[in-house]
Amino acid sequence: MASNSLMAYLTVAAFLLIIGIYGIVQKRTFIGMLISAELILNGAGLNFMAFNRFLSPDPAVGQVITLIIMGIAAAEAAIGVSFILAVYKKFRTIDPTRLSSLKR
Amino acid sequence: MIVYQYVSEVFFFLLVVLTLFGGLLAVKARVLMHSVLGLAVTFLGVAGLYLYLGSIFLSMMQILIYLGAIGIVLVFGVMVGYTPRQVVEEKIRGENVLLAVPTCLAGFAMLWIAIGRTEWASAPERINDFALKSVGKALLYDFCLAFELISVLLLIAVVGAIIVVNSQED
Repeated sequence: MASNSLMAYLTVAAFLLIIGIYGIVQKRTFIGMLISAELILNGAGLNFMAFNRFLSPDPAVGQVITLIIMGIAAAEAAIGVSFILAVYKKFRTIDPTRLSSLKR
Repeated sequence: MIVYQYVSEVFFFLLVVLTLFGGLLAVKARVLMHSVLGLAVTFLGVAGLYLYLGSIFLSMMQILIYLGAIGIVLVFGVMVGYTPRQVVEEKIRGENVLLAVPTCLAGFAMLWIAIGRTEWASAPERINDFALKSVGKALLYDFCLAFELISVLLLIAVVGAIIVVNSQED
């Protein structure tokens, strides 16, 4: 049964990690990069929960770690969006390659 | 019993397809709002997978924190920061896709082979259960420092966000 094997969950988590990395490389906007980072954090949480369910002797530990990952993701999203708004107010652009005031 | 198991498997595959489809939509969408919607679909799928992994509490927290808080913050960022003309992303150039897609496929293949070839040693016995009571005890006894530090981190993040946005007024 696929829902009872560790392999299925780890494969989904690896897919989330890889597609998040692809998104960070490929996106042309700051908020797209932030979305991809959220995908990576979700994959990490799914990994912890899968190991917690199948391998860990104490199933409370993985749930606590996943909760902490959620808290860090919330803080990261708040800081990231505030930075994006500040950069947009100052530079009037959403293109990360145009933020080159030190270069000129 | 057998019918029940088949229905459970079908729902599991639906959740996996939902997660993967949402991730693809979040990465490949041209319009930023579609990207945020794909991310929300992924959050819902992962919340369902948490149900299969035995934790109703984490599933509810996933919906509450990720889908509620982070989803709203991202929608807010998309709608406030950008004028409508700029919402549609520019097309990525061809050679970058040609470089990025095989690299990511190779990385996924490496991870998948590593997952498949590892022999996972399972624990000899369970000393605890999945109940919310044991999660609360672990959070307040064993992981008390991490719990307090997360609250300090969230406070610093919110105050810092306000300061960063307000410092550009002049």
